[in-house]
Amino acid sequence: MNANGKARTDAHWPAIRFTVNGENRTVNVPPMKRLLDVLREDLHLTGTKEGCGEGECGSCSVRMNDELVNSCLVPVLQAANAEIQTVEGLALDGELNPLQEAFLQNGGAQCGICTPGMLMAAAQLLAHSPHPSEAEIREGLAGNLCRCTGFVRIFASVAAAVGAAESEPAKEPAMEQTHHAR
Amino acid sequence: MRGNAEMHELVAPGSLGAVLDLLAAEPGQWTPIAGGTELMVAFSAGRLTAVKLVNLWGIPDLRTIEVTPQGIAIGAAATFLDLRKHAGLNAEFPLLARAASWIGSIANQSRATLGGNLVNGSPAADSSPALLAYDAEVETISVRGRRKVPYSEFHTSYKRNVLAADELLYAIHLPRRFARHRQYLRKVGTRRAMAIAKVAIGATALFEQGMIREIRLGAASLAPYPVRLKQTEAALLDKPLTRETVLAARSALLAEVQPIDDIRSTAEYRRRVAVNLLEEFLLELRREGL
Amino acid sequence: MNTHATTRIVGAPVPRKEGVDKLVGRACYVDDMEREGMWYGATVRSTIPRGLIRSIAFDRRIDWSEFTVVTAADIGGENIIQLIVADQPCLADGKVNHCEEPILLLAHPDRHKLREAIGGVKIEYDPLPPVFSIEESERQDQVVWGADNLLKSFLLEKGDVDSAWAGAAHIVEGEYRTGAQEHLYIENQGVIAEYSAEDGVTVWGSLQCPYYVFKALRGIFDLPEDKVRVVQTETGGAFGGKEDYPSVLACHAALLAKKSGHPVKMVYDRMEDLAATTKRHPARVRHRTALDKDGKLLAIEIHLDTDGGAYSTLSSTVLSRATLHSTGPYLCPNVRVRACSWATNHVPYGAFRGFGAPQAVFAMERHMDEIAAVTGMDPVDLRRKNFLHEGETNATEQLMREPIILDKLLDRALQECDYYSKRLQFARENTRNPVKRGMGIAAFYHGSGFTGSGEVYLNSLAGVDVTPEGKVRVLVSNTEFGQGTNTILTQIASEALGIEYSDVTMAAPDTDMVPNSGPTVASRTSMVVGRLIERACQQLISLLREQAGLGAKHTREEFLAACERYRAAHGELSSMCRYEAPPGIYWDDQKYRGEAYGAYAWAIYVAQVAVDTVTYSAEVEDFWAVQEVGRVLHPVLAAGQIEGGIAQGIGYALYEKVVLDGGRMTNNQMTNYIMPTAEDVPPIHVYFEQIPFRYGGFGAKGLGELPHDGPAPAILNAIRDATGVSFNSIPLLPEDLYAGLAASQPVEEPALP
Repeated sequence: MNANGKARTDAHWPAIRFTVNGENRTVNVPPMKRLLDVLREDLHLTGTKEGCGEGECGSCSVRMNDELVNSCLVPVLQAANAEIQTVEGLALDGELNPLQEAFLQNGGAQCGICTPGMLMAAAQLLAHSPHPSEAEIREGLAGNLCRCTGFVRIFASVAAAVGAAESEPAKEPAMEQTHHAR
Repeated sequence: MRGNAEMHELVAPGSLGAVLDLLAAEPGQWTPIAGGTELMVAFSAGRLTAVKLVNLWGIPDLRTIEVTPQGIAIGAAATFLDLRKHAGLNAEFPLLARAASWIGSIANQSRATLGGNLVNGSPAADSSPALLAYDAEVETISVRGRRKVPYSEFHTSYKRNVLAADELLYAIHLPRRFARHRQYLRKVGTRRAMAIAKVAIGATALFEQGMIREIRLGAASLAPYPVRLKQTEAALLDKPLTRETVLAARSALLAEVQPIDDIRSTAEYRRRVAVNLLEEFLLELRREGL
Repeated sequence: MNTHATTRIVGAPVPRKEGVDKLVGRACYVDDMEREGMWYGATVRSTIPRGLIRSIAFDRRIDWSEFTVVTAADIGGENIIQLIVADQPCLADGKVNHCEEPILLLAHPDRHKLREAIGGVKIEYDPLPPVFSIEESERQDQVVWGADNLLKSFLLEKGDVDSAWAGAAHIVEGEYRTGAQEHLYIENQGVIAEYSAEDGVTVWGSLQCPYYVFKALRGIFDLPEDKVRVVQTETGGAFGGKEDYPSVLACHAALLAKKSGHPVKMVYDRMEDLAATTKRHPARVRHRTALDKDGKLLAIEIHLDTDGGAYSTLSSTVLSRATLHSTGPYLCPNVRVRACSWATNHVPYGAFRGFGAPQAVFAMERHMDEIAAVTGMDPVDLRRKNFLHEGETNATEQLMREPIILDKLLDRALQECDYYSKRLQFARENTRNPVKRGMGIAAFYHGSGFTGSGEVYLNSLAGVDVTPEGKVRVLVSNTEFGQGTNTILTQIASEALGIEYSDVTMAAPDTDMVPNSGPTVASRTSMVVGRLIERACQQLISLLREQAGLGAKHTREEFLAACERYRAAHGELSSMCRYEAPPGIYWDDQKYRGEAYGAYAWAIYVAQVAVDTVTYSAEVEDFWAVQEVGRVLHPVLAAGQIEGGIAQGIGYALYEKVVLDGGRMTNNQMTNYIMPTAEDVPPIHVYFEQIPFRYGGFGAKGLGELPHDGPAPAILNAIRDATGVSFNSIPLLPEDLYAGLAASQPVEEPALP
């Protein structure tokens, strides 16, 4: 660390190379540094969040070599030569991808802090199970804690993304208009 | 975040041989790290005492799953997702595949390894009851060669095992002889996913003509480490499945387990649920045997 | 206000205003922010629950000259966190009253050195005997607060309770207990503070109430208003946990910023957040109820007590709401509620969604089922027979002037969940199935907005202005933290002005830029602040009609053109409104009589629960929520609030336990504080009825907290239905279910046939 407390990117630390969202990146940081911290601090990709540091909440989830991982549990050395995808890599040419669009239309994000990790888990699920059952959706997202939504609209968002091509509009809750004369 | 990455050394010798050489050169100095799902939690919490770590992630020799006529050999660094995806394992060792699906989340399963689960040695280890029920053997390796130990003898006390200071866990062997066995596995946790076992029991049994001809019971969270319930097995082996046998087995179970009160549960609850699980298994045996 | 007119934007599922940023990882939470020359701050905390600080020593191996160290002595203003009662020190001064109480603060540019330094501060104490329960506090063997440990008390009386017992056909008693609950927002608490002589103090942070923090900072530094600035950053969940606590954290960071001369970031990690910040008040509620032979309520007597922890924080207002929600949605001629909040040496308890109502409603709705069991009445019929109706008075003798459709909600709920057939089916199946199923109901209300004269006291100011770019800006200090503030206020403004959703923006939640429209709590945003924005927009239109040639009916383009004309002539264009109480509101704070709340949302919740007698686990298999909440401004956001609140209520009932040992939370890790995951939540069916409330924004009433009140009693009632055993305490974990179901049966005997 230098006097300003900034991470020292010296040749002291051997280079570790990987790709993030399709771009080659190189960092010179301690090999034990958490991938989460490397993404946020060294690569300034702050979309990936820290919620617990224990691998319990999933808000740090990223995709590494086509697998879902909790980046708070990955020492960056083990990400060497990996292909990493973060939430910043989901959008297509600046447009929301179908999964993100489905979340927007179906109330899948409230406070948004779990959303990056949730999107990565959902992306991972859909990449391997393009037509997941409800049980498979629940399992795929079980490692991502959301305290705001009760998960209901997250499931609906993923289901909507599955049927994006031929989807029906998201179902709204049953509504009653009861007017009283005043 | 309480860990300091600069205070730890993490080296990646890159091959199994190089790792073993390092362990031999400085025995007890280097802590192997595979998926990191335990060690990195300790690191973040500021309680990772291991200063020097040697990387096992990405060493192909440790991550294979090989099927021979006699058994399936699972590399110690095979992840739980690897286990879940393996057709042969699913077909012949469904309890282990099921246990793999219960470990943490998908993100944990893609990184947590079978070997790590065993070497970490938690009494609540998710893979252990199934491995005990399947009479697994663990194979260790060092520069001095390889040796095999029954998994039931791998743990010696709380978080201690038989690995020598220069040894690495190499593979877990499952004998392919359970095709005709009845199988049972149930984990009781705090919730349906992301739960540490309060109690778990795995069982395989050969049940022929109303008699229990083979029985193996593996338990988690009922002792300082995962154990075979030997006294309970003795009360069941070569016995008919009658009410008397069930009662005797229950008594044996109660006598041999040593559950504790801890932050997740109570000894009394664990004891009671353990006998309930045993009974549930025996009832299933009886039902399926009809 | 015309709530009947067809609306284009209000009531439509428009996209969340800040939704795109959240979905692409662009939303900026406090830990995503950095300031030039920023240092980090940390807190050295008490390791004992009560005692005197004998000495503080600093490890000589650390070069303390690199650090900034702040103690109580560095506080220039008052060493008090300004909230309601001036009892909580910002930093402990000579004595501590709870584990984790902040004693001193450290700042350093290197987070790792900071971490080591915390361990380098050696504090020695002279411990005093701590108090850890309501019972111990009531006994007053140790007085740990004030003269008698009593943080607050209320007495609510209606009619003549004492004379009602003699004529009662049934008298039923019960005691109900609720545990502490942690908010578990996924974003931990955090702030960044800066200090300069010219600008004063600025704090950016994850928080609900910028003006609460503003007031707290003024008190600590004794600074004038123009030298304090608070800006809310994107906030990752709050649920009340960021209502009062951020004031503490902000003061800490600001003190370090001032003394160090650097911006200071203080973001807790999960372990510290769990151990040191506020939680829901534990409660003990004792009921004694008299009924006539037909099951009509004659008298309700309640003793309601909460554990407030070491300092008052919001204990008085939580107690107030608990008191006013304790008697349920029922008509009862004779009522007495004695409510007390007791000081203990636990970490101070604070606001959490529901704010006393979940505790009170749990007790009342469990008690109704106990009454049903004791009297042999059906729990549904018992409730229906006693429902409050329009034209009757509640426990505070408030005349209920708005329609109450509890019967209709109940009918709907019973129909949707197929209640009667299911109970018959389960009764049959339970005899031969180790998994026992049951259905349980809760009937309840939630008062919207501040109690009684609270909204008058808040005197909220809110409004809109028009920017040079032709955007209408909503000016409020109410914050977004997932519940939809940005979206619904934008909807209201754009609807009221006859323009597009995209024409309206939210002004940054920055006390330099927005007026004090009151805190974002108490389910008041849609109803109270929404109405202020609606009025401000109507006022703006009137102004433009009078002075800028806007016609009696206008198009969007005409509106924007009129704004331009006005701005050209006058320089700026804005319209502000102050809160006006609806007419005829009467509230006596001493006698606790009158209009307790301006509006109520009403609900019937039904839980279907399965109890596994092999593992003693209870799981909610299905859940129905029927509620009347006034006008639903946004169907997706509204349903999202109900679903999320229900999930938290399920956690409150069956999963979430704060394990305390010697006053310290020992399960302060996410692996050990258990909230339901995606595999644990049941399907949740949400139904809204709408009776527009004329004094709410476009007819809205509050709904954010309502859904946390109903699940716990519905679930435990279902467990009683399933097992025949009454459980009166939450959280109800499998270990507790085992104790109730099987403890009477020795473990040597088989559980299964």
